[in-house]
Amino acid sequence: MTEEKATFAVKKGLAQMLKGGVIMDVVTAEHAKIAEDAGAVAVMALERVPADIRADGGVARMSDPEMILSIMDAVTIPVMAKCRIGHFVEAQILEAIGVDYIDESEVLTPADEEHHVDKYKFNVPFVCGARNLGEALRRVGEGAAMIRTKGEAGTGDVVEAVRHARTVLGQIRRLQNLPDEELMSFAKENGAPYELVVETRKLGRMPVVNFAAGGIATPADAALMMQLGVDGVFVGSGIFKSGDPARRAAAIVKSVTHYNDPKILAEVSRNLGEPMVGRQISAIPDSELIAHRGW
Amino acid sequence: MKIGVLALQGDFIEHQQMLEGIGVQVIQVRLPAHLQKLDGLIIPGGESTTIGKLAVDFDLLEPLRQFGRERGIWGTCAGAIFLSKDIHRQQPLLQLMDITVSRNAFGRQVDSFEITLNVPALARVGDTSPFRAVFIRAPLIDAVQEGAEVIASLPNGRIVAARQGKLLATSFHPELTGDDRFHRFFMEMLK
Repeated sequence: MTEEKATFAVKKGLAQMLKGGVIMDVVTAEHAKIAEDAGAVAVMALERVPADIRADGGVARMSDPEMILSIMDAVTIPVMAKCRIGHFVEAQILEAIGVDYIDESEVLTPADEEHHVDKYKFNVPFVCGARNLGEALRRVGEGAAMIRTKGEAGTGDVVEAVRHARTVLGQIRRLQNLPDEELMSFAKENGAPYELVVETRKLGRMPVVNFAAGGIATPADAALMMQLGVDGVFVGSGIFKSGDPARRAAAIVKSVTHYNDPKILAEVSRNLGEPMVGRQISAIPDSELIAHRGW
Repeated sequence: MKIGVLALQGDFIEHQQMLEGIGVQVIQVRLPAHLQKLDGLIIPGGESTTIGKLAVDFDLLEPLRQFGRERGIWGTCAGAIFLSKDIHRQQPLLQLMDITVSRNAFGRQVDSFEITLNVPALARVGDTSPFRAVFIRAPLIDAVQEGAEVIASLPNGRIVAARQGKLLATSFHPELTGDDRFHRFFMEMLK
């Protein structure tokens, strides 16, 4: 009777514990405390929220381990951190300092334009972004234990998160109606590993937890994503770029629990102060969009 | 029998699916009114700070305490923390069970693990073969006080499951394994 660490059940299991919850981007230990007190299930430790990465331009890299460690010391909830797409050494460093989940994230500047990190090599679990089922299942095929929609981070515009969630969930619904002999073509057309296509069809859902991310700024946005059928939400810039972060954070937490109760949603949406300013995605030039990063 | 799953946050759907798999009717509980007419309640795994805060915000603490004094509650992981008397830090607790618990007792996620446990109490459901237990950033039960009994321990003797009357606490997650014996055991406890 020896213990086995880093099994897929253990990696996926932490994501299952986060379901029905809100994961918040934080840039300081003080933010992390505010997030924990507001009821966040985990925090994403990073140096700049996506809205600032977008505004600042330049190369966005893994955060300083010192800053991530200060956040790990400040809270008892799980701490996630981001590495660049394909940057397996950043991932090794994040694993070495003991983060609870790594987000191989398109929000940072990709380090490899063809390959993602081989996530099976790690004991720490990974979450990855996806815009459609094929992309999601490729990431699971590389060992990701959790998926999130990409949305368009740092905009405060929920439209891309909605598009990606509808695409993934719609493809799963269509997949369930296909006869066996059409599954291989579905896998081919979508660039998805065949075995995972079969498993997804059998389960009627993705084989890992599926959160929404990218542009969620209000309790109504969060509840919208939950009603569409995701398992929980990430909120990046939407909280700490707003007028009253503690209040908004607590309201979004409540909206995810009571996503199907419009009376409670109305109550928690009152008097939240200014939301983040936001940028309409349709007005952003293609060269500045980040959701297409990932292969 | 009608069983509630506390659906504030966490893996309550996994519990719901296990219960439905053994033919039990399940209600998701988010507000005090949802506790009516239930025979028992499961508090799932999740983040105990989040579940505690939401329970306070939606006035569930007292109704849950009242429920636990009359009927059965099973807490897994965060749920076990929530049922306990003391966890060595300030956090909303139901304090229904005479057990003390340490959160994140094994370390961070890279220290999470699976292990096979012997659980003699599962004789109640007619199968004491070893139980595969999944521990995710799990708590440990430091001690059980008078009134509570140990149900399962790790090979090193640390306590990972305890029972007190119709209350059950497990620091691992039977809802993640597909093995429904603990769910059947809880249903037997309610009889």
